[in-house]
Amino acid sequence: MHELSLMETIRDLALNQAQSHGAARIEAVRLRIGSLAGVEPEALNFAFEVLMANTIGAGARLEIETLPAEWFCAPCARPFRAEDYLGLCPSCGAISRELRQGRELQLTSLELS
Amino acid sequence: MCLDCNCGQPQNHSHDHSHDHSHDHGKKHSHTHLQLGLDLLARNNELAQQNRQRFASSGLTVINLLSSPGSGKTALLERLAKDWAPQHPLAVVVGDLATDNDAQRLRRAGVEAIQITTGQACHLEAAMVQRAVAELQLNELELLVIENVGNLVCPAAYDLGESLRLVMLSVTEGEDKPLKYPSMFQSADLVLISKIDLASAVEFNHGLAHRHIKQVAPAATVLELSAKTGAGMEQLYGLLQQGRGG
Ligand SMILES: Nc1nc2c(ncn2[C@@H]2O[C@H](COP(=O)(O)OP(=O)(O)O)[C@@H](O)[C@H]2O)c(=O)[nH]1
Ligand SMILES: [Mg+2]
Ligand SMILES: [Zn+2]
Ligand SMILES: [Zn+2]
Repeated sequence: MHELSLMETIRDLALNQAQSHGAARIEAVRLRIGSLAGVEPEALNFAFEVLMANTIGAGARLEIETLPAEWFCAPCARPFRAEDYLGLCPSCGAISRELRQGRELQLTSLELS
Repeated sequence: MCLDCNCGQPQNHSHDHSHDHSHDHGKKHSHTHLQLGLDLLARNNELAQQNRQRFASSGLTVINLLSSPGSGKTALLERLAKDWAPQHPLAVVVGDLATDNDAQRLRRAGVEAIQITTGQACHLEAAMVQRAVAELQLNELELLVIENVGNLVCPAAYDLGESLRLVMLSVTEGEDKPLKYPSMFQSADLVLISKIDLASAVEFNHGLAHRHIKQVAPAATVLELSAKTGAGMEQLYGLLQQGRGG
Protein backbone atom coordinates (compact mmCIF):
# COMPACT_ATOMS: atom_id res chain seq x y z
CA MET A 1 0.00 0.00 0.00
CA HIS A 2 2.88 2.36 0.65
CA GLU A 3 5.09 1.58 -2.30
CA LEU A 4 5.34 5.22 -3.26
CA SER A 5 6.68 6.37 0.10
CA LEU A 6 9.02 3.37 0.29
CA MET A 7 10.29 4.20 -3.14
CA GLU A 8 10.97 7.77 -2.03
CA THR A 9 13.21 6.35 0.68
CA ILE A 10 14.92 4.12 -1.86
CA ARG A 11 15.41 6.98 -4.31
CA ASP A 12 16.91 9.23 -1.64
CA LEU A 13 19.27 6.52 -0.42
CA ALA A 14 20.31 5.68 -3.97
CA LEU A 15 20.91 9.29 -5.00
CA ASN A 16 22.92 9.95 -1.84
CA GLN A 17 25.08 6.91 -2.40
CA ALA A 18 25.59 7.75 -6.06
CA GLN A 19 26.61 11.27 -5.19
CA SER A 20 29.05 10.25 -2.48
CA HIS A 21 30.66 7.81 -4.89
CA GLY A 22 30.94 10.44 -7.57
CA ALA A 23 28.79 8.46 -9.99
CA ALA A 24 27.43 10.02 -13.13
CA ARG A 25 24.53 7.62 -13.44
CA ILE A 26 22.62 4.96 -11.56
CA GLU A 27 22.36 1.96 -13.89
CA ALA A 28 20.51 -0.44 -11.62
CA VAL A 29 18.87 -0.63 -8.22
CA ARG A 30 18.46 -4.01 -6.53
CA LEU A 31 15.96 -4.73 -3.81
CA ARG A 32 15.25 -7.74 -1.67
CA ILE A 33 11.60 -7.95 -0.72
CA GLY A 34 9.99 -10.52 1.55
CA SER A 35 6.83 -12.01 0.10
CA LEU A 36 4.93 -10.93 3.24
CA ALA A 37 6.36 -7.43 3.44
CA GLY A 38 3.08 -6.06 2.15
CA VAL A 39 4.39 -4.44 -1.00
CA GLU A 40 3.60 -5.26 -4.60
CA PRO A 41 6.55 -5.49 -7.00
CA GLU A 42 4.37 -4.07 -9.75
CA ALA A 43 3.55 -1.00 -7.70
CA LEU A 44 7.23 -0.64 -6.84
CA ASN A 45 8.11 -0.71 -10.53
CA PHE A 46 5.58 1.96 -11.25
CA ALA A 47 6.76 4.15 -8.37
CA PHE A 48 10.37 3.65 -9.44
CA GLU A 49 9.76 4.97 -12.93
CA VAL A 50 7.83 7.94 -11.67
CA LEU A 51 10.29 8.90 -8.95
CA MET A 52 13.52 8.31 -10.85
CA ALA A 53 12.50 10.49 -13.77
CA ASN A 54 14.64 13.62 -14.03
CA THR A 55 17.36 12.20 -11.77
CA ILE A 56 20.66 10.54 -12.63
CA GLY A 57 18.75 7.29 -12.12
CA ALA A 58 16.23 7.94 -14.89
CA GLY A 59 15.93 4.81 -17.02
CA ALA A 60 17.76 2.64 -14.48
CA ARG A 61 16.78 -1.01 -14.06
CA LEU A 62 14.91 -2.05 -10.96
CA GLU A 63 15.69 -5.63 -10.00
CA ILE A 64 13.60 -7.16 -7.27
CA GLU A 65 14.53 -10.39 -5.56
CA THR A 66 11.55 -11.84 -3.74
CA LEU A 67 12.18 -13.94 -0.65
CA PRO A 68 9.58 -16.60 0.16
CA ALA A 69 8.03 -16.67 3.62
CA GLU A 70 9.71 -19.04 5.99
CA TRP A 71 8.15 -19.80 9.35
CA PHE A 72 9.24 -21.81 12.32
CA CYS A 73 6.85 -24.11 14.16
CA ALA A 74 7.78 -24.32 17.85
CA PRO A 75 5.77 -27.48 18.68
CA CYS A 76 7.28 -29.37 15.71
CA ALA A 77 10.64 -27.62 16.14
CA ARG A 78 11.04 -27.15 12.43
CA PRO A 79 10.78 -24.54 9.70
CA PHE A 80 8.14 -24.56 7.00
CA ARG A 81 7.07 -22.49 4.01
CA ALA A 82 3.65 -20.83 3.79
CA GLU A 83 2.59 -17.75 1.88
CA ASP A 84 -0.71 -17.12 3.63
CA TYR A 85 0.23 -14.50 6.28
CA LEU A 86 -1.16 -16.76 8.97
CA GLY A 87 1.68 -19.23 9.17
CA LEU A 88 -0.30 -22.44 9.58
CA CYS A 89 2.06 -25.34 10.18
CA PRO A 90 1.32 -28.01 7.56
CA SER A 91 2.22 -30.80 9.99
CA CYS A 92 0.39 -29.88 13.19
CA GLY A 93 -1.89 -26.98 12.17
CA ALA A 94 -0.58 -24.62 14.84
CA ILE A 95 -0.27 -20.94 13.98
CA SER A 96 3.38 -20.00 13.97
CA ARG A 97 4.47 -16.87 15.74
CA GLU A 98 7.88 -16.86 14.19
CA LEU A 99 8.30 -15.54 10.68
CA ARG A 100 12.00 -16.09 10.05
CA GLN A 101 12.00 -14.73 6.53
CA GLY A 102 9.44 -12.86 4.49
CA ARG A 103 9.21 -9.33 5.89
CA GLU A 104 12.45 -8.03 4.37
CA LEU A 105 12.53 -4.61 2.76
CA GLN A 106 16.09 -4.07 1.69
CA LEU A 107 18.08 -1.99 -0.72
CA THR A 108 20.73 -4.60 -1.49
CA SER A 109 22.94 -2.97 -4.08
CA LEU A 110 23.39 -0.32 -6.71
CA GLU A 111 25.12 -0.36 -10.02
CA LEU A 112 26.73 2.97 -10.72
CA SER A 113 28.62 4.34 -13.66
CA MET B 1 28.94 -12.38 -8.85
CA CYS B 2 28.40 -9.62 -11.30
CA LEU B 3 25.49 -10.84 -13.38
CA ASP B 4 25.31 -7.95 -15.75
CA CYS B 5 28.64 -8.32 -17.45
CA ASN B 6 29.35 -11.95 -16.51
CA CYS B 7 32.86 -10.98 -15.51
CA GLY B 8 32.76 -13.51 -12.71
CA GLN B 9 34.06 -11.07 -10.14
CA PRO B 10 32.59 -10.53 -6.70
CA GLN B 11 30.00 -7.79 -6.68
CA ASN B 12 32.03 -5.08 -5.02
CA HIS B 13 34.28 -4.21 -7.88
CA SER B 14 34.71 -1.73 -10.59
CA HIS B 15 36.09 -2.42 -14.03
CA ASP B 16 36.24 -1.27 -17.57
CA HIS B 17 34.55 -2.92 -20.46
CA SER B 18 32.88 -1.92 -23.65
CA HIS B 19 29.23 -2.39 -24.38
CA ASP B 20 27.77 -3.45 -27.66
CA HIS B 21 24.33 -1.92 -27.22
CA SER B 22 22.57 -0.60 -30.28
CA HIS B 23 23.36 2.88 -29.04
CA ASP B 24 27.00 1.93 -28.85
CA HIS B 25 28.94 5.00 -27.83
CA GLY B 26 32.20 3.41 -28.78
CA LYS B 27 33.84 4.51 -25.55
CA LYS B 28 34.98 2.54 -22.58
CA HIS B 29 33.44 3.40 -19.27
CA SER B 30 33.46 1.93 -15.81
CA HIS B 31 30.66 0.79 -13.62
CA THR B 32 30.58 -0.08 -9.97
CA HIS B 33 28.51 -2.58 -8.05
CA LEU B 34 27.94 -1.11 -4.68
CA GLN B 35 26.75 -3.49 -1.96
CA LEU B 36 24.49 -1.76 0.54
CA GLY B 37 22.19 -4.17 2.36
CA LEU B 38 20.19 -1.29 3.82
CA ASP B 39 17.02 -2.09 5.72
CA LEU B 40 14.38 0.35 4.52
CA LEU B 41 12.63 0.38 7.88
CA ALA B 42 15.83 0.88 9.88
CA ARG B 43 15.50 4.65 9.97
CA ASN B 44 11.93 4.40 11.21
CA ASN B 45 12.93 1.91 13.89
CA GLU B 46 15.69 4.23 15.05
CA LEU B 47 13.35 7.20 15.32
CA ALA B 48 10.75 5.05 17.07
CA GLN B 49 13.36 4.10 19.64
CA GLN B 50 14.14 7.78 20.19
CA ASN B 51 10.45 8.47 20.68
CA ARG B 52 10.16 5.58 23.10
CA GLN B 53 13.01 6.88 25.25
CA ARG B 54 11.57 10.36 25.24
CA PHE B 55 8.11 9.08 26.27
CA ALA B 56 9.58 6.90 29.00
CA SER B 57 11.59 9.74 30.46
CA SER B 58 8.35 11.76 30.69
CA GLY B 59 6.64 8.84 32.44
CA LEU B 60 4.10 8.76 29.64
CA THR B 61 1.96 5.87 28.46
CA VAL B 62 1.62 6.01 24.67
CA ILE B 63 -0.99 4.07 22.73
CA ASN B 64 -0.87 3.33 19.02
CA LEU B 65 -4.56 2.94 18.14
CA LEU B 66 -5.16 0.90 15.01
CA SER B 67 -8.20 -0.26 13.06
CA SER B 68 -10.02 -0.15 9.74
CA PRO B 69 -11.63 3.17 8.83
CA GLY B 70 -14.84 3.67 10.78
CA SER B 71 -14.31 1.11 13.56
CA GLY B 72 -14.81 3.85 16.13
CA LYS B 73 -11.34 5.08 17.07
CA THR B 74 -12.28 8.75 17.28
CA ALA B 75 -15.55 7.97 19.04
CA LEU B 76 -13.65 6.01 21.68
CA LEU B 77 -11.26 8.91 22.16
CA GLU B 78 -14.13 11.39 22.45
CA ARG B 79 -15.50 9.23 25.24
CA LEU B 80 -12.07 8.98 26.84
CA ALA B 81 -11.78 12.77 26.65
CA LYS B 82 -15.00 13.22 28.60
CA ASP B 83 -14.72 10.44 31.19
CA TRP B 84 -11.02 10.04 31.75
CA ALA B 85 -9.14 13.16 30.70
CA PRO B 86 -10.48 15.40 33.49
CA GLN B 87 -8.47 13.37 36.03
CA HIS B 88 -5.76 12.08 33.72
CA PRO B 89 -4.19 14.58 31.32
CA LEU B 90 -4.51 13.24 27.80
CA ALA B 91 -3.46 14.40 24.36
CA VAL B 92 -4.11 12.86 20.97
CA VAL B 93 -2.10 12.79 17.77
CA VAL B 94 -4.34 11.80 14.88
CA GLY B 95 -3.34 10.74 11.40
CA ASP B 96 -5.68 11.21 8.50
CA LEU B 97 -5.29 11.26 4.76
CA ALA B 98 -6.73 14.66 4.09
CA THR B 99 -8.98 16.31 6.62
CA ASP B 100 -8.65 17.49 10.18
CA ASN B 101 -12.21 16.49 11.10
CA ASP B 102 -11.05 14.04 13.75
CA ALA B 103 -8.84 16.60 15.48
CA GLN B 104 -11.76 19.03 15.49
CA ARG B 105 -14.09 16.41 16.99
CA LEU B 106 -11.54 15.72 19.71
CA ARG B 107 -10.96 19.40 20.49
CA ARG B 108 -14.70 19.85 20.83
CA ALA B 109 -14.59 16.99 23.34
CA GLY B 110 -12.05 19.04 25.28
CA VAL B 111 -8.76 17.33 24.52
CA GLU B 112 -5.62 18.67 22.96
CA ALA B 113 -5.39 17.14 19.51
CA ILE B 114 -2.73 17.44 16.85
CA GLN B 115 -3.57 16.45 13.31
CA ILE B 116 -1.05 14.85 11.01
CA THR B 117 -2.28 14.92 7.44
CA THR B 118 -0.38 12.18 5.69
CA GLY B 119 -1.28 13.08 2.14
CA GLN B 120 -0.84 9.91 0.11
CA ALA B 121 0.74 7.93 2.95
CA CYS B 122 -1.41 5.16 4.33
CA HIS B 123 0.22 4.90 7.74
CA LEU B 124 1.99 7.02 10.34
CA GLU B 125 5.75 6.88 10.72
CA ALA B 126 7.91 7.59 13.75
CA ALA B 127 9.27 10.79 12.17
CA MET B 128 5.75 12.24 11.81
CA VAL B 129 4.99 11.48 15.44
CA GLN B 130 8.28 13.02 16.51
CA ARG B 131 7.41 16.27 14.74
CA ALA B 132 3.86 16.29 16.08
CA VAL B 133 4.76 15.77 19.74
CA ALA B 134 7.21 18.67 19.61
CA GLU B 135 4.10 20.83 20.05
CA LEU B 136 3.12 19.09 23.29
CA GLN B 137 4.22 19.46 26.90
CA LEU B 138 4.87 15.77 27.41
CA ASN B 139 5.79 16.16 31.06
CA GLU B 140 2.30 17.42 31.84
CA LEU B 141 0.60 14.41 30.25
CA GLU B 142 -0.26 11.02 31.58
CA LEU B 143 -1.47 9.45 28.37
CA LEU B 144 -0.82 10.10 24.70
CA VAL B 145 -2.93 8.32 22.13
CA ILE B 146 -1.87 8.14 18.51
CA GLU B 147 -4.87 7.48 16.29
CA ASN B 148 -3.27 5.88 13.28
CA VAL B 149 -4.59 6.05 9.72
CA GLY B 150 -7.53 3.69 9.25
CA ASN B 151 -5.79 0.73 7.65
CA LEU B 152 -5.14 -2.80 8.88
CA VAL B 153 -2.21 -3.51 6.60
CA CYS B 154 0.81 -1.26 6.59
CA PRO B 155 0.71 0.51 9.97
CA ALA B 156 1.63 -2.88 11.46
CA ALA B 157 5.15 -2.55 10.07
CA TYR B 158 5.82 0.91 11.47
CA ASP B 159 6.84 1.20 15.09
CA LEU B 160 6.03 4.66 16.41
CA GLY B 161 7.65 4.29 19.81
CA GLU B 162 4.39 3.41 21.56
CA SER B 163 4.19 1.49 24.82
CA LEU B 164 0.93 -0.22 23.84
CA ARG B 165 -0.61 -1.36 20.61
CA LEU B 166 -4.34 -1.29 20.67
CA VAL B 167 -6.10 -2.89 17.73
CA MET B 168 -9.80 -2.28 17.35
CA LEU B 169 -12.38 -4.34 15.54
CA SER B 170 -16.05 -3.34 15.41
CA VAL B 171 -18.83 -5.93 15.53
CA THR B 172 -20.01 -4.79 12.09
CA GLU B 173 -16.76 -5.85 10.41
CA GLY B 174 -17.17 -9.60 10.77
CA GLU B 175 -15.60 -12.11 13.11
CA ASP B 176 -12.89 -13.21 10.69
CA LYS B 177 -11.01 -9.90 10.50
CA PRO B 178 -8.20 -11.20 12.75
CA LEU B 179 -7.58 -14.08 10.34
CA LYS B 180 -7.56 -11.75 7.36
CA TYR B 181 -5.09 -9.33 8.93
CA PRO B 182 -3.00 -11.52 11.22
CA SER B 183 0.13 -9.40 11.19
CA MET B 184 -1.85 -6.47 12.56
CA PHE B 185 -3.59 -8.50 15.26
CA GLN B 186 -0.43 -10.40 16.14
CA SER B 187 1.21 -7.12 17.12
CA ALA B 188 -1.61 -6.11 19.50
CA ASP B 189 -1.24 -5.85 23.27
CA LEU B 190 -4.92 -5.12 23.60
CA VAL B 191 -7.74 -5.96 21.20
CA LEU B 192 -10.94 -3.95 21.55
CA ILE B 193 -14.19 -5.22 20.09
CA SER B 194 -16.10 -1.99 19.53
CA LYS B 195 -19.74 -1.00 18.88
CA ILE B 196 -20.85 -3.84 21.11
CA ASP B 197 -24.25 -2.09 21.36
CA LEU B 198 -24.82 -3.24 17.77
CA ALA B 199 -23.83 -6.86 18.42
CA SER B 200 -27.28 -8.41 18.38
CA ALA B 201 -28.45 -6.30 15.44
CA VAL B 202 -25.67 -7.74 13.29
CA GLU B 203 -25.85 -11.20 14.93
CA PHE B 204 -22.29 -10.90 16.08
CA ASN B 205 -20.82 -14.24 17.11
CA HIS B 206 -18.85 -13.38 20.27
CA GLY B 207 -17.34 -16.84 20.76
CA LEU B 208 -16.10 -17.04 17.19
CA ALA B 209 -14.52 -13.58 17.28
CA HIS B 210 -12.75 -14.31 20.56
CA ARG B 211 -11.53 -17.63 19.20
CA HIS B 212 -10.07 -15.99 16.11
CA ILE B 213 -8.34 -13.32 18.16
CA LYS B 214 -6.95 -15.93 20.53
CA GLN B 215 -5.66 -17.94 17.59
CA VAL B 216 -3.70 -15.02 16.15
CA ALA B 217 -2.81 -13.07 19.29
CA PRO B 218 -2.91 -15.50 22.23
CA ALA B 219 -1.24 -13.10 24.65
CA ALA B 220 -3.45 -10.07 23.95
CA THR B 221 -6.07 -8.87 26.39
CA VAL B 222 -9.50 -8.64 24.74
CA LEU B 223 -12.23 -6.20 25.77
CA GLU B 224 -15.72 -5.64 24.39
CA LEU B 225 -16.98 -2.09 24.61
CA SER B 226 -19.23 0.60 23.22
CA ALA B 227 -18.24 4.23 22.95
CA LYS B 228 -21.92 4.97 22.47
CA THR B 229 -23.39 3.39 25.61
CA GLY B 230 -20.19 3.34 27.65
CA ALA B 231 -20.36 -0.43 28.17
CA GLY B 232 -16.93 -1.88 28.91
CA MET B 233 -15.29 1.51 29.25
CA GLU B 234 -14.62 1.09 32.98
CA GLN B 235 -12.54 -2.00 32.26
CA LEU B 236 -10.52 -0.07 29.70
CA TYR B 237 -9.92 2.71 32.22
CA GLY B 238 -8.79 0.09 34.70
CA LEU B 239 -6.17 -1.17 32.26
CA LEU B 240 -5.05 2.35 31.42
CA GLN B 241 -4.73 3.08 35.12
CA GLN B 242 -2.21 0.27 35.30
CA GLY B 243 -0.53 1.79 32.26
CA ARG B 244 -0.60 -1.45 30.38
CA GLY B 245 -2.69 -3.62 28.14
CA GLY B 246 -3.25 -6.48 30.54
N1 LIG C 1 -23.53 2.28 17.49
C1 LIG C 1 -22.28 2.71 17.66
N2 LIG C 1 -21.70 3.47 16.71
C2 LIG C 1 -20.43 3.87 16.90
C3 LIG C 1 -19.69 3.50 18.04
N3 LIG C 1 -18.44 4.03 17.94
C4 LIG C 1 -18.42 4.71 16.76
N4 LIG C 1 -19.61 4.62 16.14
C5 LIG C 1 -19.98 5.23 14.84
O1 LIG C 1 -19.14 4.70 13.83
C6 LIG C 1 -18.80 5.70 12.87
C7 LIG C 1 -17.30 5.80 12.74
O2 LIG C 1 -16.73 6.20 13.99
P1 LIG C 1 -15.32 6.94 14.09
O3 LIG C 1 -15.07 7.15 15.52
O4 LIG C 1 -15.29 8.14 13.21
O5 LIG C 1 -14.37 5.82 13.48
P2 LIG C 1 -12.80 5.90 13.13
O6 LIG C 1 -12.69 6.07 11.66
O7 LIG C 1 -12.25 4.58 13.56
O8 LIG C 1 -12.21 7.04 13.89
C8 LIG C 1 -19.43 6.98 13.38
O9 LIG C 1 -20.65 7.16 12.68
C9 LIG C 1 -19.68 6.71 14.83
O10 LIG C 1 -20.78 7.43 15.34
C10 LIG C 1 -20.34 2.68 19.04
O11 LIG C 1 -19.77 2.29 20.07
N5 LIG C 1 -21.62 2.30 18.78
MG1 LIG D 1 -11.02 8.68 13.23
ZN1 LIG E 1 3.84 -27.76 13.65
ZN1 LIG F 1 1.46 2.46 4.39
